[in-house]
Amino acid sequence: MTRAIRTAALVGNPNAGKSALFNALTGARQKIANYPGVTVERKAGRMALPSGEPVELIDLPGSYGLDATSPDEEVTRKVILGEMEGQTRPDALVVVLDASNLEQHLVFAQEIIALGRPTVIALNMIDLAERDGLVLDPTALEQALGVPVIPTVAVRRRGLTELAAAIAEAERHAGEPAHPQSHIGLTERRLEAHVIADGAILSETRRHRLHSRLDRVLLHPWLGPVILFALLFVMFQAVFAWATPFADALESGIGAISAEVRATVPASLARDLLTEGILSGVGSVVVFLPQILILFFFILVLEATGYMARAAFLMDRLMAGVGLSGRSFIPLLSSFACAIPGIMATRSIADPKDRLTTILIAPLMTCSARLPVYAVIIAAFIPNRSVGAGVGLQGLVLFALYVIGIVGAMAVALVLRRSVTKGAASGFIMELPKYQMPTIKDLALGLWQRAWIFLRRAGTIIFMVTVVLWLLLNFPRAAPGEDQVDASIAGTLANGLAVVVEPIGFNRDIALALIPAMAAREVAVASLATTYAVAATDEAETAQKLGDQLKSRWTLPTALAFLAWFVFAPQCMSTIAVTRRETNGWKWPLFMLAYLFGLAYLFAGITYWSAVALGL
Amino acid sequence: MQLDDLPIGQPARITAVDWTLLVPEEAQRLRALGIDNGAKVTLAYRGVFAGRDPLALEIGRMTVALRRIHARAMTVEPA
Repeated sequence: MTRAIRTAALVGNPNAGKSALFNALTGARQKIANYPGVTVERKAGRMALPSGEPVELIDLPGSYGLDATSPDEEVTRKVILGEMEGQTRPDALVVVLDASNLEQHLVFAQEIIALGRPTVIALNMIDLAERDGLVLDPTALEQALGVPVIPTVAVRRRGLTELAAAIAEAERHAGEPAHPQSHIGLTERRLEAHVIADGAILSETRRHRLHSRLDRVLLHPWLGPVILFALLFVMFQAVFAWATPFADALESGIGAISAEVRATVPASLARDLLTEGILSGVGSVVVFLPQILILFFFILVLEATGYMARAAFLMDRLMAGVGLSGRSFIPLLSSFACAIPGIMATRSIADPKDRLTTILIAPLMTCSARLPVYAVIIAAFIPNRSVGAGVGLQGLVLFALYVIGIVGAMAVALVLRRSVTKGAASGFIMELPKYQMPTIKDLALGLWQRAWIFLRRAGTIIFMVTVVLWLLLNFPRAAPGEDQVDASIAGTLANGLAVVVEPIGFNRDIALALIPAMAAREVAVASLATTYAVAATDEAETAQKLGDQLKSRWTLPTALAFLAWFVFAPQCMSTIAVTRRETNGWKWPLFMLAYLFGLAYLFAGITYWSAVALGL
Repeated sequence: MQLDDLPIGQPARITAVDWTLLVPEEAQRLRALGIDNGAKVTLAYRGVFAGRDPLALEIGRMTVALRRIHARAMTVEPA
């Protein structure tokens, strides 16, 4: 009597195509969470066996072996051995192999098979192996390994049914390891891997492989960095240019709803809450969805194609200059989308000091939550004209803000590595994966997950903060002739804070926006929108776009100082929370808060007074 | 000859590794990637900036990036 397979785990080297296989097997039925106590993402989903019975499939972090060197590999080891808290030991292990790199991937596979657990091999990306002129014999591999071998092409959904059938039968292939010597060392496993791989390769025509041709250009000593820089520049231009029609459409849609509400609902406080609070506030954040999706699209494409690792290679030397390595580049680039996945991605950095430094500077990378803030201010204060060669001034300013964040991060890293995170210089060892065409489906799934997270934030945190702020702005009611914002609770609080931020050119409205923006940066925009909607004295003024309101109320130096503030300010509770969890305590998140607020205050002040001195 | 002196595109075999020059975790990572005594490697690319660091090494069907300081610990023989 065999026990039914209820959970299975995908294991294998990094770049074996595990995630693509996981997506193909589970579709959109995925749950992404964290393992308790560690911030390694737990990706699990449901797949169906041929009998129709569901199996929980877990996608484990890529690993080269069971002796862990990074927090990532530690999770893989613990889950496989059943030592992970809150995770039952998987009933079956699915080892994913890159068909065109068998002699490397078989090293870890042998270690897994030697555990004597129900095991199935997915011989993945067999189409790419064929493209490279490699003809394989899965049966020979099966005989040599003693466990079922299923050829798969995750991205074309080939071999998935066969794999599911093999998982259902996996129990039969356990308990009798083909290699009785289960404690052989790495060197022996490597020799054995070569023998097995040679036996499975029927013929091999050494073709000029696509990826070495691409690498010749993309890793070229001079062209490589130029291409990387150009790519990043296009990415940030696109964020602004491509998103405009969509953002405009969203904005006019929200405007139309607001007008409709105003026309149909009789004037009352409840109507004001709906139009001034919810529609102005939440709406002003939702319009940035197109920009955020475009940014994530680029990052997902860079990751899926394998270019990200090349970027790390090209950046390593520069990162070494500030005491980090090319490995830190990937979490930092992800932080451009959001610091939270960025900080979580630092788990692949083995050196603890390196990792801590990367975590501490990650919030300086301009995340997508700053985009709404930057976009509103830039659109209102920077003229929309070309500076030549199809490059717009607005895009250029946005690019400059990103660059300031990067330069600031590098400077901070340099200082930290010589003070609080002092230690031996770390190395850089990293596999450069083969180039791949990203699949539309995987990209769409990734984008959908990001869009959902963003909209959920807009619908929960931002919604609540906006409503609370609207209430604080509207009570107590102003006496006739008195300004409503000045009379309100929020106004009183802001007037107090304004004393602190006046030296750096901020007015009361900004002070007011900074408080709720602690929840999330983009709330600053929602707060400004709500504040000005409440402060508006007539219907026409209420309907005015936020940009026009800002233009009539702020000076250019104030706007620039506001931008400079947001380059540095650590205004995101989730980032602080994830840093606390990641560094196991309050020491580092508090340090992060202090140094970032210090820098924000300093730079906003410098910007303001320089702009005033220049007569802007 | 040390690995970091190898001309680009020249296939070679690693004949000795001075593990004492490497941090234990990094030594382990290099070995996990198959960069070990007896491995056949080709230096494929070098970085652009000062010191022409890091290096990209072709080993089997993999390309692995590493720093010069690691390559310096490895003695190679052109093959």
